[in-house]
Amino acid sequence: MLHVNNLTAAIGGKQILNGLDLDVGAGEVHAIMGPNGSGKSTFAHALAGRDGYEVTGTVTLDGVDLLDMEPEARAAAGVFLGFQYPVEIPGVNNMYFLRTAVNSVRRARGETEVGARDFLKVAKEAMDLVEMKQDFLDRAVNAGFSGGEKKRNEILQMALMQPRLAILDETDSGLDIDALRVIAGGVNALRGPERSMIVITHYQRLLDYIKPDFVHVLVDGRIVESGDHTLALHLEDHGYASFVNHDLDDAPERPLTGVQS
Amino acid sequence: MSESTRTIEELTESDYEFGFSTDLDTDIAPPGLDESIVRLISSKKDEPEWLLEWRLKAYEAWRAMEEPDWAKLEIAPIDYEAISYWAAPKQKPVLDSMDDVDPDIRDMFDKLGIPLHEQKMLSNVAVDAIVDSVSVTTTFKKTLLEAGVIFCSFSEAVRDYPELVREHLGSVVPVRDNFFAALNSAVFSDGSFCYIPKGVRCPMELSTYFRINSMNTGQFERTLIVAEDDSHVSYLEGCTAPQRDENQLHAAVVELVAKDRAEIKYSTVQNWYPGDENGVGGIYNFVTKRGRAHTDAKISWTQVETGSAITWKYPSVILQGDRSIGEFYSVALSCKRQQADTGTKMIHIGKDTTSTIISKGISAAHGQNTYRGLVKVLRSAENARNYTQCDSLLLGKDCGAHTIPYIEVKNPGAQIEHEASTSTVGEDQLYYCRQRGMTEEDAMSMIVNGFCREVFNELPMEFAVEAQRLLSVSLEGSVG
Repeated sequence: MLHVNNLTAAIGGKQILNGLDLDVGAGEVHAIMGPNGSGKSTFAHALAGRDGYEVTGTVTLDGVDLLDMEPEARAAAGVFLGFQYPVEIPGVNNMYFLRTAVNSVRRARGETEVGARDFLKVAKEAMDLVEMKQDFLDRAVNAGFSGGEKKRNEILQMALMQPRLAILDETDSGLDIDALRVIAGGVNALRGPERSMIVITHYQRLLDYIKPDFVHVLVDGRIVESGDHTLALHLEDHGYASFVNHDLDDAPERPLTGVQS
Repeated sequence: MSESTRTIEELTESDYEFGFSTDLDTDIAPPGLDESIVRLISSKKDEPEWLLEWRLKAYEAWRAMEEPDWAKLEIAPIDYEAISYWAAPKQKPVLDSMDDVDPDIRDMFDKLGIPLHEQKMLSNVAVDAIVDSVSVTTTFKKTLLEAGVIFCSFSEAVRDYPELVREHLGSVVPVRDNFFAALNSAVFSDGSFCYIPKGVRCPMELSTYFRINSMNTGQFERTLIVAEDDSHVSYLEGCTAPQRDENQLHAAVVELVAKDRAEIKYSTVQNWYPGDENGVGGIYNFVTKRGRAHTDAKISWTQVETGSAITWKYPSVILQGDRSIGEFYSVALSCKRQQADTGTKMIHIGKDTTSTIISKGISAAHGQNTYRGLVKVLRSAENARNYTQCDSLLLGKDCGAHTIPYIEVKNPGAQIEHEASTSTVGEDQLYYCRQRGMTEEDAMSMIVNGFCREVFNELPMEFAVEAQRLLSVSLEGSVG
């Protein structure tokens, strides 16, 4: 599925990712945890192709090199990023936006586009998944949405785009416990043998709801520790201190994910 | 420079798709303006004596006036002696049927996507086609007459309904109103006339399509719409011009009269040639549009201004009658080196009068966009209300957006609200859309159209689609 090899990323001359390696197999859910400023969001944007980063290394999805591709081509290849801060687009109807997104990807893949009526049917099912009301579709994209509504809208988009690789960037930030439960329910329903997920989070709390197959600790732009979900519990008790302070250059060589896809 | 900024600049340097010119056999007057030219125009059109007198009065007024210089526009001096004030396609003087329209003219309108053959028309819209200020044909005339609606060229109206014209011409925009209106009054060659009798709901949309074709000519057309008590009409106006290196002057006047409880909805999609990216060529568009709303009447202006090198235009409403309503919805796009100084005037005279102003300015490349609007509440206007919203969108670093509202309130009971915002199409918005699979062009078009949504919602369906398309073309250079 996804192979990330020696990925570096800098923005405005500032190095943020320092040789990140990660392998994600089909159907796996990997959690990436780390302190503020460790490069978690940069990793997400480097995978999605945001402008402004100088990136080196290799990233392949299903054997296809992603790094030379425009963001829209990566989307067509199956990369989906659930944004930490979903963007407002005033005046653009949410339903229209969602259908344009789905059809853009379908067109890029040479598939037939979905008509308005068929799309509405699919959209309604997906909305039930994240407990969204119908009027969501008639509002402008994220405009005036509450924090929880924005995040639910991201998961709705993920449900409609049916990505190969979903990257969820701090999807839990700013959510109360009920919203967290709804969103986690949506994410879990979308897990499947053909879909991989990278869940980026600050807190272990989210992982109580979305049980990851693997947990990685990102510090200073590099993965310094990997394990199963018990690693997250360990972090909850002890914090990141033990990882932050150790000398990265002296870190022992070890397999970073423990799996091969 | 980031990639998205660069793309915005590439996108905004698109080609003008209506830039062709048609080789028509044209009757053209020598350049320059004096009394003899005014007389020539009037005699060419077989006008009655009163109209000639009216023109001469306007000419005298114009001679004593100076070009306004208060707008935020940088304009090379206009040489009024270099302009020809009369150009008309030569054709048979009277048209018995659509087949009599010069095939070259028909081809030209086909190319513009405006079918003049009634049987070919898909939508329920009557069209008055005007080339170089002269009406060449009006469709669906018979159907309209059955409903009592008069829709014809201005010249025909002068010939066939002189009393109606005489009563209303200049009643909303007097000859000395301003420099360009006075010039228009002296030399206007044709235009559209529309009359809706008492209690009639016009059975179809009426539309005028303006085309400048000749070189070195000015275009001066005049539109007059009179809606009697309890009547209703929706009117559309479209414009294009060939791509030429010199600037051409367009100075039109539109007058609307909405009598008691009448409603006039006037929509414009203006796409005159904007000039090239270095500011060479393009239409100078100086237009005076104004309506008078009587008791319980409503006048609504909607404009989408994407063309012209210079736009100077303030469609206004005199809210004379009690409870009358004035509306102004505007999208103005300035790309390349275009400059737009546009807005509205809402003059509240009657009691309980209401006005709404929604202005969306988009500036790209080196475009300069100014909203200039006046809300004036006279002492007599008890309980007047106005809501104004001016939003500006900047695409790129070299363009400008300016908002200049004037508010004059003489009645303390007035309620005036003004909101303004300036924003840019954020890289984060483009990135978000692209992450969802959309191309940068599609994303830009979607975001800009979203910005204009409130105005497009006011346009009749076909026009809204056209406006969106035009905006995308102007911004992107090609349609997918």
